[in-house]
Parts: sequence; C-alpha cells; structure tokens
Amino acid sequence: MTAETASADPTGPSRSAIDTTLRAILRDVLALDDGQVEGFDGDTGLFGHLPELDSMAVAGLLTEMEDRLDIVIDDDDVDGEMLETYGGLLAFAEAKTVEG
Amino acid sequence: MYSSWPCPTPDGGTGEEMMLGFDQGRTTRILLLAPLFDEANKFRRQLVEIMRRLDQNGIDSFLPDMPGCNESLARHGEQSLARWQEVAARAADHVRATHVFAIRSGSWLAPEAHAGWLYAPARPAKILRSLARARTLAAREAGRDETVDSLLEQGRTKGIELTGWELGSRLVGELETAQFEPAAAYSVIEQADIGGKPLWLRAENDVDPAQADALVALILAGLSA
Repeated sequence: MTAETASADPTGPSRSAIDTTLRAILRDVLALDDGQVEGFDGDTGLFGHLPELDSMAVAGLLTEMEDRLDIVIDDDDVDGEMLETYGGLLAFAEAKTVEG
Repeated sequence: MYSSWPCPTPDGGTGEEMMLGFDQGRTTRILLLAPLFDEANKFRRQLVEIMRRLDQNGIDSFLPDMPGCNESLARHGEQSLARWQEVAARAADHVRATHVFAIRSGSWLAPEAHAGWLYAPARPAKILRSLARARTLAAREAGRDETVDSLLEQGRTKGIELTGWELGSRLVGELETAQFEPAAAYSVIEQADIGGKPLWLRAENDVDPAQADALVALILAGLSA
C-alpha cells in the first residue's frame, strides 16, 4: 500500500521524511533525546501510555503536525486508534499527507 | 524585584498590576512581553532566567503582568488584544524602555513605537485552534462530543472557556482574524537561531539555560550592532 501511494504521488514527501518529522515533533513535545525517539517502533504506546501526553500536549502535537507536515487535521480524524501507538500516528500522518 | 505598576483600566482610570523587574537605573532597559495563555506558564521560569542573564550583562529588564494574566485580579474574559496592546505600550513608557523583547504570542502586543526582538512569534489563529482542540480532546475523554468549529462559533458570539482560559467574544474574534506581521523595527529570532527544543511545545514545563544564554547573546549582539 505504501508503494502504491508513493507511486501515485511521486512528488509528495517520502515515508521516511514523514517518519523523521514525526519523531522530531514527539522529541520536542516529550523532551526526549534523539536516541530515545529513534527507539520508537510501531507498537510504542503514546496517548494513555505516556503521562506527559495530556489533552493540552496532544493539541500542541496535532497543531505542530499540521504546521510541519502541511496537513489539516479535522475533529473527526482524531480517535483513540490514531493516538494510541507511534505506528498509528505515523500511518495517519502518511494518509493525510497523501490526501493533502 | 516585584513591584506594582499603574496599569490603565478600561474606564480610563489607573489600576495596579504586578511587575517583575531588575532595575538599577541603567542605560539599556528592556521590556519583556510574555506569551499568553498556557505558554505563559511554560515560559515563566525561562523568562526569569533570561532576565537574570540580562542583569548580569548590565541591562535592566521588566516583566509586567497584563490585566487578566498571571497575578492580575482583572478578569481574563474581559480582555482583548487591542486592550493588551494599549497596556503594553503604557508599560513600555512607564519603565522608560529602550527596547522590547516579546516571546511567542507576546509579539502581538509589541508596541509599534519601540524596537527590539520578537522570539518565535506565533500566529493568532493557530494558537486559538490549539486551545479549542485541547478542550475537544478533554471533552472526548470525558464522554462529551464537542467540535472545534462549534466551540469557536460559541466563542464568537458569547465568549468561551478553553482549557481554563476565559476568552471574551472580542478576543476570540481578534484571534481568528488578526494577521500578525512583525513591525519593521523588530528583529525576529526563530527557534533555529538559538537551537534546542522549543520550550512552548513541551508537555511539561521546563527551563533551558543554554537557550537562555543563546537568546541573551543575540540580544547583546543586536544592541552592539
């Protein structure tokens, strides 16, 4: 599926570019160092797993994603699944980038 | 260090607000304008770090409370950008500021008659959206369904409370429509200029001495240019 979206939109940001940007945002929001966010995998828990990620922090995270990834996140987009793991958030960001 | 300053009131009178100051009657006197809303809390400690460094470098600095903010007894819900702008200009006159250093949303209040620095100026609509979004996320966790659009619609007509901040309808309207452009007399300092992680994004309040050093170095360089 990733290969298809990549070929459908060859000028869009690559999957690894989105991944890098998303890790940088989480690094800033959670005050982690690069090594720690590098260790995030698809199953790393976010909302509900990290006490720092309260609603204010998640709002900041989403607004920063809009800014740095040049996407618009609607209310309906935000659900538990999207925020639960790093993999879920990355898949969402990739889908939004292709859509945008 | 802490004193009160005569802040203009909406009825044309004069009230009293708190001000933190490092004042030794020195030549260079910088007025600091703190960020608004939640970023005010996230930056408070860093602001004091910056003021200490300015003091060590022979510079006076002043951090006035805006009405409705920090220790102010005025209601936050009765404030507007226009009013805060007027108050910030009066504060600059009161301390005989030679320069202004404004942070994030504080940049919106920087008096046009002065010059100085704007650190990572924020966009009004973006800040408002982020506050509204935080409320919808908290509501959802509590089992209530709210949308950013419906909250802002309510805010426009009768004002609204977003994550603990009462915003009057006038302020909501200003935040939605204000197109912030830095005045020519101000230099913009972006986060990339000082390095490190932006403190306003932190989920937990924090302080960063290295960033404070870098900011003050930029201010000193600007003063000697």
